[in-house]
Amino acid sequence: MNLQSNDFEIFGIAPAFAVDRAALDERWKALQREAHPDRHASADAQTQRQAMQWSVRINEAYQRLKDPLKRAAYLCELHGVAIEAENNTAMPAAFLMQQMVWREALEEAGSAAAVEDLADEVAAARRAMLAQLQVTADELHDFAALAGQVRALMFVERFAHDVEARLDQLGQ
Amino acid sequence: MALLQISEPGQSLDPHQRRIAVGIDLGTTHSLVAAVRHGVSECLPDLQGRVILPSVVRYLDPQAGGAGRQVGFEALAAQIGDPANTISSVKRLMGRSRAQVADVDKLSYTVVDDQGMAVIDTVAGRKTPMEVSAEILATLRYRAEDSFDDELFGAVITVPAYFDDAQRQATKDAAQLAGIPVLRLINEPTAAAIAYGLDNGAEGVYAIYDLGGGTFDISILRLTRGVFEVLATGGDSALGGDDYDQALADWVLQAQGLGPVADAAERAALHREARRVKEQLSAHAEVVFHTEVEGRPLNQRVRVEDFEACTAALTARTLAAVRKVLRDAGVGKDEVQGVVMVGGSTRMPVIRRAVGEFFGREPLTDLNPDEVVALGAAVQANALAGNSREGDLLLLDVIPLSLGIETMGGLVERIVPRNSTIPTARAQDFTTYQDGQTALALHVVQGERDLVADCRSLARFTLRGIPPMAAGAARIRVTFTVDADGLLAVSAREQVSGVEASIDVKPAYGLSDEQIATMLQDSFSTAQQDMAARALVEAKVDADRMIAATRSAVAADGDLLEPAERAAIDRLVDALQALLPAGSAAEIEAATDALAKGTEPFAAQRMNRGIQQALAGRKVEEV
Repeated sequence: MNLQSNDFEIFGIAPAFAVDRAALDERWKALQREAHPDRHASADAQTQRQAMQWSVRINEAYQRLKDPLKRAAYLCELHGVAIEAENNTAMPAAFLMQQMVWREALEEAGSAAAVEDLADEVAAARRAMLAQLQVTADELHDFAALAGQVRALMFVERFAHDVEARLDQLGQ
Repeated sequence: MALLQISEPGQSLDPHQRRIAVGIDLGTTHSLVAAVRHGVSECLPDLQGRVILPSVVRYLDPQAGGAGRQVGFEALAAQIGDPANTISSVKRLMGRSRAQVADVDKLSYTVVDDQGMAVIDTVAGRKTPMEVSAEILATLRYRAEDSFDDELFGAVITVPAYFDDAQRQATKDAAQLAGIPVLRLINEPTAAAIAYGLDNGAEGVYAIYDLGGGTFDISILRLTRGVFEVLATGGDSALGGDDYDQALADWVLQAQGLGPVADAAERAALHREARRVKEQLSAHAEVVFHTEVEGRPLNQRVRVEDFEACTAALTARTLAAVRKVLRDAGVGKDEVQGVVMVGGSTRMPVIRRAVGEFFGREPLTDLNPDEVVALGAAVQANALAGNSREGDLLLLDVIPLSLGIETMGGLVERIVPRNSTIPTARAQDFTTYQDGQTALALHVVQGERDLVADCRSLARFTLRGIPPMAAGAARIRVTFTVDADGLLAVSAREQVSGVEASIDVKPAYGLSDEQIATMLQDSFSTAQQDMAARALVEAKVDADRMIAATRSAVAADGDLLEPAERAAIDRLVDALQALLPAGSAAEIEAATDALAKGTEPFAAQRMNRGIQQALAGRKVEEV
């Protein structure tokens, strides 16, 4: 294993969408215990530089592996399928319809309670999509289809972010 | 007779092999130094047995035979007699320009601007905030060296969690001036968590609620077997105990039917009395407020309920920040296993009750809120120096404010989002805006808002020597690296040519507390306004790009156009140009669309010509 190893290799886990989050967190802390610059604060400059590079690389892998969307996108990349979210915005009509309904609901939501209801609905939709992603990745091994589902999930996460911004605004 | 020292059984190192490492809380009003001795973290006292050092430095007149300076209690005692040369609250000036210091004219000493940095005019010459802080740090260093009769190996110095890059850098510079090797800068709430967690063997998710005199920090941490993982940090850097005094004073004036107090001395007396009454109300149900306004005595009965009612909005603001940081951490309040109270203002019962009700559990107040930060820093210093037997302590902290870069139209592209675990490196690819562009000006900013103008500018640098290419063809990778102290370095590299530029971000000033507070707050309340502003900026960028592209196309291939066609295109360009200064986003977008439509046939003709030329070129090559 070296700095060029892929995220899954660095964390010593099988490259799959399903990840045991508790084990991942545990592994992250174990790796940082070795690599973190604080562990080498009284070492020579060369060692400190190495520690910094490793610690940064471990944090990079961790933030990608712990986030389901980034993890799925990374799996696609490892299998040679580009996500190309900027150039590929084609989505099924029903999905786009749903997005529009949500956007309207957010615009019209007057109370924090109404926004929270919407947040719950979006969270439920997101959970369903993640379950779908897992089947596509780990059972069907269809990474082209996975890329499409990742793009759809990006829309949903962006919307969830807007809902959250609205909740902040309402001071909740 | 000198006493012989006998070391404790089980202590790993001989006292003379141990490295002397201390934790320093460099505070706005007072500072402390602590160290781990015999396995216990404790604050080191001065010769009079006092652990607190007032953060006050007085410079003496060299002409009058004054010998240098006074630091701490001595300087504090001299402040009334020599206000102009006695510097207090210098922490507020660290990493700032004069304009960024709140109420700079109300300070008792003179602050001037020197190349973008706030500096202080004294009888002994101009002093930078770093120099003044260095006097305080050096005093603590001598105290530690006298305590151990040995040289200092290094120190961990604490900073408020919301401190930006410039303020952290200024703190590090001050330590350097004081001859202190900095093992690490750590955040104050995190230091408090270490002191608390290690004392109590705590496991699980903890909230650190830190309400000081002028600032409020809230951090959420997960503690697991010696690992202190900061999940999120936030707060409101313009909210503290001083605001509670102000609210009480305002309420008293209102109850007496009085307006604002004009006389400065009476105003000062009013605030002093407000603080006294506030503190008394922590132990009594009712206190009489005595002061003088316009020479007439004022007596107002204040009940606890009155105080709580007139400060309820302030307490609510802290809880709004708590909700926000819980959301950032992805943690529900029922998952929080303990709430640690830090800072003198958390002595107010109303705060303890509000926090207790919010989390549904009694907050933890068993540590001295003044000492807890230095005690935690000492534990970390001991571990960093390699003295620690447990060796298991690991701190995984985060960056408090997002870092980004300015893109076209004054928008911020966020590169490192707030609450990213440090150290971290993040890269983002950018491209050029114009054909043949050979340089790229990079502007590094910190903050949560979408517009550059609303964020703090940290540094500017230029990547030069990019080979001329068509707009959008260059691939410039900008990498932000944030080290374990939370300090930023930026590099840029053009991927095709390999041209590179980099900078250690070391500006002469930083964010003011008020600016950060406003920035954080505005990002709560003006998200809507931001979106509208963003839409307008984007519309203008698109319009500019469209006008430039059309003009260059007409210049290159204008011969393809009939005079009437050319006149039509010119009219569309002029119409769009005229809208730019004052038009709405929708109007500009509509005019941009009209120009795009109007130039469609021309674009098709140009494309044909281009393809023909390319074909012709190939034929020549083939021949």
